[in-house]
Amino acid sequence: MKISIQINEGPYQHQASDTAYQFAKAAIAKGHEIFRVFFYHDGVDNASRFTIPPQDDRNVVSNWASLDIKNADGEPELVVCVAAALRRGMLDEGEAGKNGVDGNNIHPAFRISGLGQLIEAGIQSDRLVVFGD
Amino acid sequence: MSTKKFMYLNRRAPYGTVYALESLEVVLVAAAFDQDVSLSFIDDGVYQLVEGQNPEGIGMKNFSKTFHALGDYDIKQFYVSAESLEERGLSLDDLMPLVWEDEDDDWAEKPSIKVVSNAELTKIMSEQDVCLSF
Repeated sequence: MKISIQINEGPYQHQASDTAYQFAKAAIAKGHEIFRVFFYHDGVDNASRFTIPPQDDRNVVSNWASLDIKNADGEPELVVCVAAALRRGMLDEGEAGKNGVDGNNIHPAFRISGLGQLIEAGIQSDRLVVFGD
Repeated sequence: MSTKKFMYLNRRAPYGTVYALESLEVVLVAAAFDQDVSLSFIDDGVYQLVEGQNPEGIGMKNFSKTFHALGDYDIKQFYVSAESLEERGLSLDDLMPLVWEDEDDDWAEKPSIKVVSNAELTKIMSEQDVCLSF
């Protein structure tokens, strides 16, 4: 089955991202395809490459990166909503340049794109599963 | 691209958290995808449609006016939980008079909001291909 996931909450504050990660991992192990994971609302904070949890805790960001979810063109399918990301200070190199900001913080396993990617995921997938409050 | 039934389920008050605003942003993008779109409002989500919102005093933008534009994008199915309205002392008269124009009926303006029981809403939800919850 082709599955997409929407994550509406940030890491550590909320378990939504952890649960979604466990779900994605289990689905892949069962032979299902994760078409896309879309990070929205505070969920965009799951893509920060500056996340440093205590050593004895899980690393939510690298957990996602370890799933290596990519499309046929080799692009990451861990997609961060651009509008939600910008208003929360989450930027990739391109957005940092465009907005004249002197840094960027999106982990390379993720990419920034528009909300159309969420709708497209709903259209293309057999299931769209939402994780959040 | 195939057409699917998309429902946007709104459960939260318009201000206090960003869910309602960012849900509306998804709906506006969804309008460009030629899908069968409906919106539903339950729990505090019914407050999103209340007429006469004025959040200036708390430094927020009044985005409720955007709901009036959705009819022009062929988004005309607004389901509002009767139980959620009643629990909050609200009725259809307290909500914005949202309309859409029916081109098959000489562009007559028709109401977009339909108050339904939770049982009816459950049935409508079960008929959806995709349900996004905010």
